[in-house]
Amino acid sequence: MHCEVCQENEATVHLTQIVDGHVKKINMCEACAAKSGLEMKGALSITDILLGLGGVKPAGRPEADRACPRCHMRRADFKKTGRLGCPDCYETFTAELAPMVQSMHHSSQHVGGIPVHEELRVQKTAEIAALQQALDKAVAGENFEEAARLRDRIATCRAQGSAAPEKGDV
Amino acid sequence: MIVDDLLLQPGAWLAPGADTGIVVSSRLRLARNLRDAAFPGWAGEEECEKIWQRLRPILQGLPELAPVVVFGMAELDDLERMILFERHLISNEQAHKGRGSGLVATKDESLSVMVNEEDHLRLQAMSPGLTLRAIWQRINALDHAIEQQVPYAFSVKLGYLTACPTNVGTGLRASTMLHLPGLVLMNELNPVLKGLTKIGLAVRGLWGEGTEATGNLFQISNQITLGDREENIVQHIEQIVLEVVEHERHARARLLERKELVLRDYVGRAYGVLTHAHLLSSKEALDLLSGLRLGIDLGLVPRVDRQAVDRLLLLTQPAHLQKLEAKSLKAKDRDRVRAELVRTQLT
Repeated sequence: MHCEVCQENEATVHLTQIVDGHVKKINMCEACAAKSGLEMKGALSITDILLGLGGVKPAGRPEADRACPRCHMRRADFKKTGRLGCPDCYETFTAELAPMVQSMHHSSQHVGGIPVHEELRVQKTAEIAALQQALDKAVAGENFEEAARLRDRIATCRAQGSAAPEKGDV
Repeated sequence: MIVDDLLLQPGAWLAPGADTGIVVSSRLRLARNLRDAAFPGWAGEEECEKIWQRLRPILQGLPELAPVVVFGMAELDDLERMILFERHLISNEQAHKGRGSGLVATKDESLSVMVNEEDHLRLQAMSPGLTLRAIWQRINALDHAIEQQVPYAFSVKLGYLTACPTNVGTGLRASTMLHLPGLVLMNELNPVLKGLTKIGLAVRGLWGEGTEATGNLFQISNQITLGDREENIVQHIEQIVLEVVEHERHARARLLERKELVLRDYVGRAYGVLTHAHLLSSKEALDLLSGLRLGIDLGLVPRVDRQAVDRLLLLTQPAHLQKLEAKSLKAKDRDRVRAELVRTQLT
């Protein structure tokens, strides 16, 4: 049996996952499984594996001690002042900020103006979201060939839209 | 240009020269930050100074801000900073800052940028009357000019990233200053204010957050900055303001119809005290000027120039009075000088 991701090597890793009561199966070679982070123990979705997002975040320090890696603001500092230390804090304190932003603005998605130097990244992010939806659908329909094609397109979009991690993706 | 020169002109938010009536002025601000620096409140003085030195020449050279005036907060004394505050060019927070923060503005004060207040950049456009849509074009053009030279902190999901999450997204605050004595006198203001708060708008007094509505002047602004386009936010505020204006007009009409004697007495007393008092506190002056302004709007005091009244709304403020007198004055002396100024201007 060939690997359903690269379509070349022999599939030696067989993953079974139950999503909403439906059994999904995927067969991969070791290389593709490793690329997808499958060697880590964690709850992975087939979509995550296809996208290579299977990595499990390393266990961090307890929430109360968390500090922004760039400006070193701690969660307690933010709670005290109500103001963040730097743009990266939006990423660091995602857990606290997401519900806060939602309740303040009744929204969690910016739809307004975009700086000129960010236009490409915004466009690629929208494309990736659309491709991701198509990918989820392909995987649900066990159309793995299509899924692999979509995965490659997502990877291309990512590369085009800059490799820099998105700030403030809460 | 020094701060004293500003006193020779009317000021952009309370500028006479336009028939402003119920909507005294419109104001827009955009909160922006540099991608590669800590926010001012966390950065420390040295870092703020570097940012100010980096942004100052960029802003100073923009054609959108020409002819330009530049004020470093550290170079100004307390009184000069209060002048800028009373002219709505800087916030109370900025007025208490020193090294590492400043103001770059057009000479006519209609377009300005506060550097290192709560955010690295606070762009502001001001104009008399209900002009939000027009000043949106100006502030948007300034924003585009700055972003050509400064990489902004931006997230695809959260938009422009700001020191406080309440401003994230568009970073846009659209605000109008309304003169609503009719609704106050008819005891109809509270339901209007409640309605505004219910639909997510903020109502503040003349001097912004936490201030009471002296002189029947109220600032109405949006609170939500994320999840809607800038043009929609601006248009929404304009629509709401027009509705409030309509309420105020009706209230004034009913005042004339049902309480004409009370109204004439109210306006006449305001005029009488303003033209004959020898001691006037800042609050009393604003309240009385509001009454007189209403009387002029309704044609009850035809001899008084409305522009002179509007000018006094600004000139009777404590820092402006002291600057005009060219010396520091105690509260009691200010009240005397204020009354003298008002008497001279109105008679």
